[in-house]
Amino acid sequence: MTEMVQSGHDGPVVVRRSRLKKALSNVKFWRGLIAICVFLGLWEIGSRWESWFGVAFPYVGLIPAPSAVGLAATEVVTKIGYWTSWVDSFKRVFVGFMAAMILGIPFGLALAVNKYFRGIFFPPFEILRPIPPLAWVPASLIFWPTNEMSIAFVTFLGAFFTIVINVLGGARAIDVRYLRAAQSMGATQWDLFYKIILPGTLPSIFTGAAVGMGITWEVVLAAEMISGGGTQAGGGLGFFIWNSFMGGSLEQVVVGMISIGIAGYLSSSAVRALGDYFMPWRRLF
Amino acid sequence: MQKEETARDAAGGRLSIRNVTKIYDPEGVNVMAVDDCSMDIAAGEVCMIVGPSGCGKTTLLNAIAGFHSITTGEIYLDDQLLCGPSKPQASMGADRIVVFQHGALFPWKTLLENVAYGPIVQGSMTKEQAHALGKVMLEEAGLSDVADKYPGEVSSGMARRVEIVRALINSPKVLLLDEPYRAMDALTKSIMHESLLEVYDRTKVTIFFITHDLEEAIFLGDRVYVMTTRPCKLKKVVDVNIPRPRDYKILSSEQFRLLVEEAKEAVHEEALKAFQAGERELA
Amino acid sequence: MSKPTGLAYFWYTLEQRMATPTPYLTMFGLSLWIFTYWLLCEGLEFWRFGKIPGPVTVLTDWFARDPFQGISIFKEEYYIHIWSSCRRIAIAFCIATGVGVPLGLFMGWSKAFRDYTFPILEVLRPIPPLAWVPLAILMFSGFETPVIFLATLASLFVTTLNTMLGVDSIDEEYFRAAGCLGSSKWQIFTNVVVPGALPFIFTGLQISVGVAWFSLVAAEMVSGDYGLGYLIVDSFMNNVTVPMVIGMLTLGLVGWGTSVMVRQVGRQLMQWQVKELAQQDR
Repeated sequence: MTEMVQSGHDGPVVVRRSRLKKALSNVKFWRGLIAICVFLGLWEIGSRWESWFGVAFPYVGLIPAPSAVGLAATEVVTKIGYWTSWVDSFKRVFVGFMAAMILGIPFGLALAVNKYFRGIFFPPFEILRPIPPLAWVPASLIFWPTNEMSIAFVTFLGAFFTIVINVLGGARAIDVRYLRAAQSMGATQWDLFYKIILPGTLPSIFTGAAVGMGITWEVVLAAEMISGGGTQAGGGLGFFIWNSFMGGSLEQVVVGMISIGIAGYLSSSAVRALGDYFMPWRRLF
Repeated sequence: MQKEETARDAAGGRLSIRNVTKIYDPEGVNVMAVDDCSMDIAAGEVCMIVGPSGCGKTTLLNAIAGFHSITTGEIYLDDQLLCGPSKPQASMGADRIVVFQHGALFPWKTLLENVAYGPIVQGSMTKEQAHALGKVMLEEAGLSDVADKYPGEVSSGMARRVEIVRALINSPKVLLLDEPYRAMDALTKSIMHESLLEVYDRTKVTIFFITHDLEEAIFLGDRVYVMTTRPCKLKKVVDVNIPRPRDYKILSSEQFRLLVEEAKEAVHEEALKAFQAGERELA
Repeated sequence: MSKPTGLAYFWYTLEQRMATPTPYLTMFGLSLWIFTYWLLCEGLEFWRFGKIPGPVTVLTDWFARDPFQGISIFKEEYYIHIWSSCRRIAIAFCIATGVGVPLGLFMGWSKAFRDYTFPILEVLRPIPPLAWVPLAILMFSGFETPVIFLATLASLFVTTLNTMLGVDSIDEEYFRAAGCLGSSKWQIFTNVVVPGALPFIFTGLQISVGVAWFSLVAAEMVSGDYGLGYLIVDSFMNNVTVPMVIGMLTLGLVGWGTSVMVRQVGRQLMQWQVKELAQQDR
């Protein structure tokens, strides 16, 4: 039988491997870069196909080339109307989103902790939930005195349902052991709510908020496009896209699409950053 | 005795681990999991690897199974190179089958489908043949009642027994068990042990069994390898000369007690070292 | 210990349920809601609620042979609208699932494939599907294709990402076990990757069908000739509010129905999970 012989290894092997690992993490970055470059290149070729070969490339041929979009973007960013559109859209998103958070979180928590409240209010909520938020636009235009208020209302609805469902699910999923542990240490009902249920639901609240933020942007965009109501001087990014389309400037349409993408991305990142700030225990993972 | 050994050798399953070293480098931090470890496991031997938690036993098993590469050294199965300098990672194969700590029966297949899976994917049997053989083998193990249930519907003990059947249907040369009974209570464990011994007496398959339970190791094994804490090295080998077939009576025998005594000190020493190392890391 | 089956089981569960306050609370909640709705819109015609048709007006028109405002369950037009929307959803959902699920599976399965495709997806994803409306109108002629394109686009992202996450969620040990038992790469794909990702795929599909309705309604409202979204916006334009509310409620019902259908298909395909969950409850 072989008995163990000890020998010391260290050093050089390790250094070589960790460098390899670093190179590997770079591979991912380079691949992503290549993919996006190829994507842009194909798009460029596709839209320039007609001017080179005389025949339009199907579908892609109808979209302006990235270089043309870039050129249009440099022009657009110097106009004040473009930036006021940003501000207008952000304002609407903020109002609708905040209203949904302020009403949705307590409503969701109340549904979760009180059986009677849930019995009474959950069924009507479930009946209204499958109606897509945008189907409310006409009704909302009839009901609310101003255009602005109806857009805010529809935006609020879009985020509200998502947030409530997430809060409810999160609060109901809290491990009973935490509640029992707290009770055995003499916690009052208020302690249970404030120290266990609320922090226990925070992750779901932020998940709901992130999803809700995405929906809010979609709704604001659509509401702006459907209701119109903007001028050259601004009126929102949705109106900017629609107006550019009507004016025949496709390059500006694509600039508008990209702007909305960036705006949505910034908002979700803000929600995520807030989530990290309020949930220090999650940052560890 | 000599004759039996030769017969077993013919069936195969001799495992030879030579100077194996494994260094992990998560984010460039040098962690030596296995340090120059050598052992020879005869065909048909029940080899028990005992050591403190997280000492690198599983790394050794993963190297044999082909889940991980090794840094230096060689591992042979019946004089056939599994991994070595020219081929750092062994290829996975049905001659070495692992039974996992948390169990890895596919939850989306019934127990019978799980058992029949190996022969079907290897192409050695048709689906009908594999199912027929699977039924027979489940019946031999006394599990025919649950053949059509899903793993999520049966107890973990039963699932683990089915997992062993799923391994055996491929007639593997080596069975690699990675603390399969760790999360079980003592009573279930004892039933598991008896059923494993019964399977072994029937098949005489080489068993490479990782555990941190010394009594389990001596009760089941032909030879107990006590490993040091990380990096994993061989510390002590205990030969268990208790004749087979064994049953639970030997647990109270003098011979068993003496063997436990012999190994206990070495195990305890390493456990203490591992514990203190853990303390240092946290501080 | 035999379990009651069939009608006996049905009565048993019904009895059990009636013993809890939930059904009474539900009924109370629903009637309270409908009563408030009626009170605000018809009883008192409070403030601007008077402009919205109340439950009595809507229901009488909905089930009337000769509705005042043109839409009821006896009108062929009503079913044409429902049918157009459902057909578009079906086409969009099938395309999105047919493309998204395989794409997501391969993205989860192959690291290189993911490295190349995921960044493009991530760049395109923040752009709301509705921002594509002008381009969709431009690229595809007619009413039908742009609408379907928008609904497909919305679903596609959701389905692909959820499928990919589904593959990520599969425990490494299943791959190892399958490898040990001698599976080829392709066999691992069909026996581990696909079934392992199924729970996530179906969660994704349920979200995706909801998102498809969302975009479909928007697209129909902007450009369309038929469909429930079009019905709503067209009624609004013609100042008939009852068909508008009928359209909204129908949308809710049909949308809920499709989501239930997806869930049922999922349960059928994932018997193992259904049984496992049932075990945990007991």
